[in-house]
Parts: sequence; C-alpha cells; structure tokens
Amino acid sequence: MRTPRLRLTRALAVGVAAGLVLAGCGGGSDDSSGGTSSSVSQADIDKAMQTPTELTFWSWVPNIDKEIALFEKKYPAINVKLVNAGQGEPQYTKLRTALKAGSGAPDVVQIEFQYIPTFTITGDLLDLRPYGAEALKDQFVDWTWGQVTGTNGEVWAIPQDTGPMGMLYRQDIFDKYGIKPPTTWDEFAAAARTLHAADPNVYLTNLASNQNGAWMGLLWQAGARPFKTNGDQISISVNDETSKKLGAYWGGLAKEGVISTDADFTDQWYQGLNRGKYATWLTAAWGPVFLSTSAKDTSGKWRAAPLPQWTAGAQEAGNWGGSTSAVVKTTKNPIAAAKFAEFLNTDPESTMLFATEQFLFPATKTVLSNPTFSDQKPAFYGGQQVNQIFAGISDTVATDFQWPPFLDQTVNDWDETVGKSLADKTDTVAALDQWQQRITTYAKNQGFKVE
Amino acid sequence: MSTVTTAVPRRQRAASRRAAAGYLFVAPFLVVFVAMLVVPLAYAGYLSLFREQLIGGTTFAGLDNYTRALSDDRLLGGVARVGAFFAIQVPLMLALALFFALALDSGALWLSRVLRLGIFVPYAVPSVVAALMWGYLYGPDFGPIAQLFDKVGWAAPNLLGSDLMLGSLANVVTWEFTGYNMIILYAALRAIPTELYEAAAVDGAGAWRIAWSIKIPALRPALLLTLIFSVIGSFQLFNEPQLLQRLAPNVIDSAYTPNLYAYSLAFTSQDVNYAAAVSFLLGAVIVAVSYTVQLAANRRRS
Repeated sequence: MRTPRLRLTRALAVGVAAGLVLAGCGGGSDDSSGGTSSSVSQADIDKAMQTPTELTFWSWVPNIDKEIALFEKKYPAINVKLVNAGQGEPQYTKLRTALKAGSGAPDVVQIEFQYIPTFTITGDLLDLRPYGAEALKDQFVDWTWGQVTGTNGEVWAIPQDTGPMGMLYRQDIFDKYGIKPPTTWDEFAAAARTLHAADPNVYLTNLASNQNGAWMGLLWQAGARPFKTNGDQISISVNDETSKKLGAYWGGLAKEGVISTDADFTDQWYQGLNRGKYATWLTAAWGPVFLSTSAKDTSGKWRAAPLPQWTAGAQEAGNWGGSTSAVVKTTKNPIAAAKFAEFLNTDPESTMLFATEQFLFPATKTVLSNPTFSDQKPAFYGGQQVNQIFAGISDTVATDFQWPPFLDQTVNDWDETVGKSLADKTDTVAALDQWQQRITTYAKNQGFKVE
Repeated sequence: MSTVTTAVPRRQRAASRRAAAGYLFVAPFLVVFVAMLVVPLAYAGYLSLFREQLIGGTTFAGLDNYTRALSDDRLLGGVARVGAFFAIQVPLMLALALFFALALDSGALWLSRVLRLGIFVPYAVPSVVAALMWGYLYGPDFGPIAQLFDKVGWAAPNLLGSDLMLGSLANVVTWEFTGYNMIILYAALRAIPTELYEAAAVDGAGAWRIAWSIKIPALRPALLLTLIFSVIGSFQLFNEPQLLQRLAPNVIDSAYTPNLYAYSLAFTSQDVNYAAAVSFLLGAVIVAVSYTVQLAANRRRS
C-alpha cells in the first residue's frame, strides 16, 4: 500500500479530494507480549486523566483537530499535540526511525489495519487490555475487532474507519449497452467482453496493476487466508487454489484486453474515471465520496452495488482500507494515551463527526445504523442511499483475515510479480508462484519458520 | 654557535604557531566533514557487518552481506542497467555540452548570453520538478507528445513503457545536466591564453582548425572532470527513476538502479545492514570506474 498512498497524497494536494483517507486493512497477529493483562484501576485512570499531561498524536486525517477538541473539552488537563507526519508509508518510515532512535516517537499513532502486525512483530505497540479496551468490542463491527486483536487476545488498536468493498458502476453506460449490473463474477466477465466489443474505448473495470490493497480485498472476498502468523511461525499461501482462481480470472480478462490495468490515483486514471473509460470501479466504502470529489463531471451517473459473487446468491465481501488509533509502547502516559485512542473512536460525537466531517466510513455499529449517516441520498449517485448499501456490505466481511508481519515487503513483491503480470498481460498464475517464492525467501531471511 | 642554537627553537615555535593557525582554519570544514561524512560512513561500514532479523535480533555476519550482494541478480541487473545508461547517455550529453561551449566561445552567435542562460536554466530546475514535468510530457494517453502523435495520425510510442524507459530517463538527465557541463567547459575555454589563438592565426589556422587543435586539447582536464562527475551521477541515478516509478510502477521496479535498490532494502525490506553493504559495493564500483576513466585519459595524454 505504499505507492497508492503516495498517489492519493498527490491527489489530495491537487485538490480533488477534501477529506478522504485511503487506507488498508489489517489483521491481528503477533508473538505474545507478556501474560495476562492486569487491569488498571478506575482510581488510577481518574487520577491520570486529571493530571496535566501532554500527548503527541500522529495522524493524517484532515481537520482531526475538531475531534481532538472534543477530547480536550472533556479532559481539560490533557493537551494533545497533533503532528501530521505524512500519509501511510512516509509516516511509518518516520515512526520506525523514531522507535529505533529511542526518542521522538508519538504516544498515539494512526495505523492502518494491515500494518498492525508489521508493528507488533517488533513489539512497538501497547496492549490496550489493561485500560479496558476489551469492553469496547461490542461497539465495533465484528471483523474490525478481529483486525485489531492479536493471537493471544491482545487489543493492539482501536478501529477508526473501514473500507468494505463494493462496486460503483456507470448506470448510463450500462443502459446504453444493455448491461445489467453483474451479481456474479461470471456475469461480470461476460459483461466485460460484451462492453469492450461494443465500444473498444470502454472497459468494464480497471484493475490497477499497482494496487495490492484491492487485490487483497478481492482475495479476502474469495475466501483466501494467505497469511497466518504465530510467534516465529508463519504460513504463507498466496498461490493456493483460491488465489490461483483469482489469478486466472483477472489475468485472463487482462490478457484478453477487456479490462484495463492502469495504475490508479494517477492523472491518467483520474482522466479515465472522468471520461468514461471505466464503467465500474471496484472500490471500498471510502470510494463513493472520493469519486464524487474527483470525477465531478460524471455526477448523477454512478450507482453502487455489492461486489459480484463467486457463488450465485452468496454475500461475501472483503475490505480495502481503514485505519486505527494505536498506542506506542514507549509512551510515558499509557493511561491517557489509551483513553484518548478510546475516546476518539467511541465517543458518539467524535465518531459521528468522523462520518460527517471527514467522510470516513464508520467502524462502530451505532454510527452505521444512525439515520443521519445511513439515510443520506447523494445526488452524485442519483439519490441512492449509498451509505446504507456499504453498511450492509460491512456485515458480510469475514472476520478471520490476517496480514503478514512485513507488509511493505509483501506489497512491493506483489507489484513486481502479480501486478507486473497484469500490466504486461503475462501469466498471472505463474506470477503468483513468484510472489509466493519471494515472500517465502524474505520470511526465511528474517528468521521466520515458514510452513 | 650561540646564535644558531637560539635560532632553531624560535623557528620551530614560529612553525608550530603557523601550523596551529592552519588547523584552526580548516577546523570548520574538518568538523563538518568528520561529523557528516566520516562518522556516518564508518557507521554504515560497521552496520554492513551485521545482520538484523525480525525474529532472532542482531548477529555478527562478517562479510556475508557482501558475498550475498555479489551474487544478487537484482543488484547486478541494476548495475548493468546504469552501466548501459552511462555508456549511452554520457557521451551524448558531453558531446552536446562541448558543442554548445565551442559555439558560444566562437563568438559567432547572436544573443549568446541569452542562449548560455537558456541552456543552463534546466540545471537550476530541481530534479524532482524536472522529473514530474517530463513525466507529464511523457504521459501515454493525455501527454502532449502522445497527443501530437495522435493529431498527425501516428501511433504514439509509449515513452513510459519498458522498452523506452531508459531512453526517456536519459533524455531527462541530458536535459538537466548539459547546461551544467557546458558551463564548466565554457569556463575552461575562456581560460585559454589568447596568444595561442594569435599564434594559430599567424600560422594560417581557421576557426575549425583552432577548435580541433587548440581548444579541445586544452579542454581535456575539464572534460575529464565532467566525465568523472557523470560517472558518479549515472551510477547514483535515483531521483528521476524514483519519481517516474509512480507513473510506471510496473516498469521501474525497486531494483531498477542500485541506489533505488539500496533505498528499498533499507525502508521497505527493513534490511538496513544489507542496504549498507550494497551501498558500499556501489561506492566501490564508482571508485573503480572513475579510476579507470582517469587512468585511460592519462595514458592517452602521455
């Protein structure tokens, strides 16, 4: 997810998107960091929250100072210093450097779901159980809690926003060529061929050859569970049967030339969305708002639907994106830091503000079912209740998807094997084997026992 | 005798005072040099002898990282690529720079000051801006070059495709650095004593003959300097491919140039130790090539 984030940053700079956070997904897995958690007493918490304290918070969410202000109003003794250390990868690089140097790390940090294991493997995050985090579980959509939970039940972070995947499509293009919104991947492939035959300048979709995040979301939907980590044991299977089914499907469509594989969040891609080169965008729940700000010319022409399914009638989805707030282990004020992470993502006012001010897709059940949020009828989607559709999709995301403890490397290797095969129209199934081999070699070099 | 015995210590004292003053003068440089170059370099060398794993922590690895690098296909591929880049781009760029320098020096050009500035200006553009600008010009669908081809009715070449990428990069680098090299050569030309030209004129030499027999031989040290700068620049190619990588992520991979590879090893693979070893080896390659170039040039002169 390194490159897409950079691209999005650029997109934001250009001014196409105001308050969108493209993020990934994430799994909880780590070697244990100690035994059972001993709780901190309420008296200790009260005392800590009344002691004058300064917390440093790294986040790239635009205007997040509004949510911080709510916290500071409730706890006047605590002063939160906000730092924007970059979006995604640049921030992680700085965080790692600060952690290695032993100074300069924040107390609380924004981390995307998929990066949590990358930071817990190095023991850099604080288990939030002693600070009452386990009690928050029921407020969150099940799979998001699965993503922040470690193998021994640790709570590594509090979910902030999510990206369950769906399909945005151009109603006008579908109508013009008599295509019905596909509900299965078979129908989708047939529609791709029909559409491209009818108009060679239009592709049913663009599967970006640099977008590992979308690929992982599709893997997630297909039922693949490519990574499982337990301490120093790791199992990697990015080329199992399910993955190969996905590889053959998308690689086949790319080879036929009936879908495009342009790099996303580039000028070319924005132009493609604006000029009707792509008839669908397989995207996450943050996609609808993002699209409405970056393809303004196409307002009213788009609609939303769940992803096509592998089995007719099934309801499966994957996730692409979303962030959490995590507490860094080196913090000197663990109680205040943990409570800040909790407040930000559970306080009713704060969570609602995220949904309406920054347009983050909610992780809490309350906001998802709040009519103010779910009943919105954006004109860009012809008045369709897009949030409600994605809220429904969110319930169909499987809870047990895990991420590797070295995500940067995994993504980089994907770009250079699977992504490259899509762009070059070469054998994607063979590329999956190369991907598997490169990650395995890396894991072994890093001292993991690979199954 | 007594005069001699007293004179010696006095002279020594004076000498040591002078020496102290000398050290004082170089101290600012020395401090920065040691703190910013020698210490980090030594630390990188130290790091390259270890191996840090996510599981298992740090262990002493001796020269393992170096032997691994020497048989690393991705690194060797990158070195070969920048080697090819050097062999093609540098002669072209220096020939252009030489041509412009001679043309400006000939005095036959109208508006030579404006031209001189114009050729030099790209060097003043930060390479990041230059790469972004060219990236836009190269754009396969909506870039001006592609649109021009489209207007004429020809198929536009994919300047960001894997076949043409190295050429596209060479074009950016040439555009950026021709002016810089031209200024070095032009300055060297201005330093040639005018008596030589007068003597040549008396001998009946024309402008071409003067350029060939006087100017170019006199430029040899300056050319050597620009050549060595170019060796270093080529082998350390980083900014331009790194920025174009975003536009063509499947063409420029993380090992496209050795510097990109070292960067990716350190920050993506979190393998700082191996990245340090790769950087040291790259440094060794640059020293070796620079030395070979210098040696070859000197041999020809003698």
